[in-house]
Amino acid sequence: MITLRNIQKTFNRGQANEISALRSVDLTIKDAEFVVLVGANGSGKTTLLNVIAGAILPSEGRVIFDQEDVTLLPEHQRSRWVARVFQNPLGGTAPDLSILDNFRLAALRTQKKGLRIGINQAFKAKVKDRIALLGLGLENKLQQPIGSLSGGQRQALTLLMCTMDQTDILLLDEPTAALDPKSAEIVMGTAENLIKELKLTTVLITHNLQDAHRYGNRLIQMAEGQVIRDLNQAEKENLKREEMFAWFG
Amino acid sequence: MIFYLTALVLGLCLSAMGLGIFITMKIFRIPDITTDGSYTLGAVVTALLLAAGWPLPAIVVITALAGAAAGMITGLVHTRLKIDALLAGILVMTGLYSVNLSLLGRSNLPLSDANTVFTLFPLFSNPVLNELIVGLFFLAILAGMLAYVLRTDFGLAMRATGNSESMTRALGINNDRMKIIGLSIANSLTAISGFLVAQYQHFTDINMGIGIVLVGLGSVLIGDALISWLGIRKIGWQLLFVALGGILFQLVLAVALSLGIDPAL
Ligand SMILES: Nc1ncnc2c1ncn2[C@@H]1O[C@H](COP(=O)(O)OP(=O)(O)OP(=O)(O)O)[C@@H](O)[C@H]1O
Ligand SMILES: [Mg+2]
Repeated sequence: MITLRNIQKTFNRGQANEISALRSVDLTIKDAEFVVLVGANGSGKTTLLNVIAGAILPSEGRVIFDQEDVTLLPEHQRSRWVARVFQNPLGGTAPDLSILDNFRLAALRTQKKGLRIGINQAFKAKVKDRIALLGLGLENKLQQPIGSLSGGQRQALTLLMCTMDQTDILLLDEPTAALDPKSAEIVMGTAENLIKELKLTTVLITHNLQDAHRYGNRLIQMAEGQVIRDLNQAEKENLKREEMFAWFG
Repeated sequence: MIFYLTALVLGLCLSAMGLGIFITMKIFRIPDITTDGSYTLGAVVTALLLAAGWPLPAIVVITALAGAAAGMITGLVHTRLKIDALLAGILVMTGLYSVNLSLLGRSNLPLSDANTVFTLFPLFSNPVLNELIVGLFFLAILAGMLAYVLRTDFGLAMRATGNSESMTRALGINNDRMKIIGLSIANSLTAISGFLVAQYQHFTDINMGIGIVLVGLGSVLIGDALISWLGIRKIGWQLLFVALGGILFQLVLAVALSLGIDPAL
């Protein structure tokens, strides 16, 4: 369970370009809840995700996982619970390392990276099987530097990397924005299966209203750093697509 | 011929530093100027301990630790005080100049000809060949160890840190800690070059490190050109090519000198 209590974030406080990216966000996300987060550009969605992940320290408020107050815990320690796909496809992978090396590190997200060579035949086979699930033909390119792949391919792999190690919370920031429609379909389908199978507590940011309508069991809309709509599963199911389009009209 | 062999041995001695600069420059993308100071530090520590009659294995270890400490300070200044890496290196290098001078107590110290690392294995009657063997031995050990470490899970984490900090943070890696460790390893390798060169040229001079970072950068640039030209991906091979770059650098210098190019030109 993720609890956000009175979260505020002001960038460049006291300067001419001061901006309130988040103004008092209170939110409780239950275990295995799949929240879809929508809102206009600059409404604070990515900032909210960064506050949950620990990449940004809120100016005010608390972040609580289950009973544990993690507000002051830096991102690399919060990774024990949190896996994420960044809005920027370059953010989640190390371009010069091979696909296999990237997956090895992802498989150790919650563990110590020790002085032993961890990539063996069994690990290779496991990664190959996982990647084959995507059906993008990347399973035969394990030794290739991940930077030589397209942004969409990297984004799809980053999603798989999230589940290489024990995960409670999955944060997806526009994971399919860089993908063509077919790959986007594959990635969202894969994500949905993984989320259900592993009972992950998920926050998905998307500008694709079809996806927002189709996936998840809670729908939140943000505007100007605040939550302005919060629909539970039943409300979301009853929501007509045209109604949702009208939110952005 | 001897002239070129000498350049070759010097290249081998300096290749440890090349490996260190490969770590800072290619893996972490940090321009680390601490090198000038930690190289001299290695030579100073070596000269003092040799003069005091310490055994060579102990001297290597202490030299490496001294270099690591220098790198660690640069790393701490850079990460904790949030000072630009280049400036942090310059600060520590400048500080090391005073440290080296007060350690040595004077501006240079000759080393006795007996009992250097190069006279340990008198396999051949020609001393240059023995020096070559020792140089190769050190390169093989250091490059071998580094190649192993860089292939481990820890090494992958280190290589990823210089590549994508957002990724490594999200995967539970403490980037600051990695940089501190990386700078420590790099400068301990540099100090080992100081250890070797001091014994090779039979003296330690307080100014011997000035500008040495350029030699290291040159080696890495030559090595890197070969690596991308040949498309080498295996990290162990990359390290060997960096060492080769260092040797080529010295050979080119030797050729330039033998052509009679006036160094004062
Ligand atoms: N590091 C930062 N420094 C200064 N301002 C920032 C920073 N990060 C975000 N902002 C500002 O905070 C506001 C919210 O940004 P955020 O990235 O959270 O928006 P978003 O909802 O994710 O938008 P988009 O849909 O375009 O991704 C924006 O006005 C942005 O300019
Ligand atoms: Mg965003």
